[in-house]
Amino acid sequence: MTLRADPAAPPGARTVRRFTRAERWVHRVTAALMGVCVVTAACLYIPQLAELVGRRELVVRVHECAGLALPVPVLLGLASRAFRADLRFLNRFGPHDRLWLRAALRRDQRPASRPAGKFNAGQKVYAAWIAGAALVMLGTGLMMWFTHLTPLMWRTSATFVHDWLALTIGIVLAGHIGMAIADPEARHGLRTGWVTSDWANSEHPLWRP
Amino acid sequence: MTSVPPESPEPPDAPDAPDAPDAPEQRPPDAPVPSEEPGRPIGRRVLLGTLGLGALGVLAAPTLQRGLEGFLGAAADKDPTGLTGLLPNGGGFRYYSVAASVPHKDATDYRLTVDGLVDRPATYTLADLRALPQTRMTRDVQCVTGWRVPGTPFEGVRLSRLLDAAKVRPTAKAVRFTCFDGAYTESLTLDQARRADVLVALRMQNKDLGHDHGGPVRLYVAPMYFYKSAKWLSGITVTDEVRPGYWEERGYDVDAWVGRSNGRSDDPTS
Repeated sequence: MTLRADPAAPPGARTVRRFTRAERWVHRVTAALMGVCVVTAACLYIPQLAELVGRRELVVRVHECAGLALPVPVLLGLASRAFRADLRFLNRFGPHDRLWLRAALRRDQRPASRPAGKFNAGQKVYAAWIAGAALVMLGTGLMMWFTHLTPLMWRTSATFVHDWLALTIGIVLAGHIGMAIADPEARHGLRTGWVTSDWANSEHPLWRP
Repeated sequence: MTSVPPESPEPPDAPDAPDAPDAPEQRPPDAPVPSEEPGRPIGRRVLLGTLGLGALGVLAAPTLQRGLEGFLGAAADKDPTGLTGLLPNGGGFRYYSVAASVPHKDATDYRLTVDGLVDRPATYTLADLRALPQTRMTRDVQCVTGWRVPGTPFEGVRLSRLLDAAKVRPTAKAVRFTCFDGAYTESLTLDQARRADVLVALRMQNKDLGHDHGGPVRLYVAPMYFYKSAKWLSGITVTDEVRPGYWEERGYDVDAWVGRSNGRSDDPTS
């Protein structure tokens, strides 16, 4: 376990390294691009905002560019050993993850009933789902963008999936952000890379940094 | 006697079976504290499952969309909050504007000009248009992006009446429409423009046309996709050829008959 005195942590608190610079930047840039996608989508979709903003072509262009760029930070992140290790952690579900999910379904908040490694089961499910959903958005978005590549009939279908999945992603993202707001230490970890070992032991007891 | 054995069916002693990705990593047996076990690759399955559902959604979209439109349309009738209108296929109009901002015009400053290949160019005020005989039609509105608003009444002056009053010259072939948003254009052939179901609309849904719906005056081309029904109409120019309008330069069909263009198969609206 890497121990270090973090200047931001309360004096005397022991801290552990949670994220390297590469992991933090992958999250940061992905979050920014997703934010642009959501804001421009709202300006295209919600009538009141669309009226306020207008410039439909420009907003569409920004939305398309941000959407295309969305997978790029993750792809670049693959160059980082630490990020690849994170992907491995996120992919693999052990027996403790089943316990965590069961406790989450029962709304059992006790840390003892929610064993977790570096990422808890909720984070793993979220990561896998949002990655898949982003790719579906990318695919359907491209079908709407390059109308000549697929029959126009498909375009309507792609619009249908794109619209409903956008709504779903909006709700899930709100949950993701809400949970981050509720856990300042987790946010501190993504901002600085360091968390207190107390937090790590209670939230991620199976994690061995 | 020696014989060469046929090629051995078995590979020469595979050194290491690479097919055990789920095997736990080597950990010292006396590890003092429990730690994360590698486990099974469920994350990948969730990701691929989401992708699969997305593809399935595209395939099933026509069926799903019809069902949802019916359900949400019924729900919207009983929804006092109007929130269902924000859902995809929730019914109702969607606001599209291609310009940054659209000036507001009313009876004091609205003008509609008719010019081009005509003998009697004219400029109409809102009062002038209101004084002409009004035609009322109730048809479905169909957008090329999929939404449809059933049974929407429009009232206004037949475009053919304005064209006749302007005395179109024999060389004319088409009509071009310009809008006071400064960006949008549309066009129709002269035959299309003279149809009885093409209006210079002043009222929609039994109200004077509001600004958001293209008021005070918009075009209403009942048999075509709604992008033909230019909002904020300010100019009618008779020309010798069809010039593609704003969206048509961006890939949409010029002859935009509902159900017979843009690769769509919607029920006709007129």
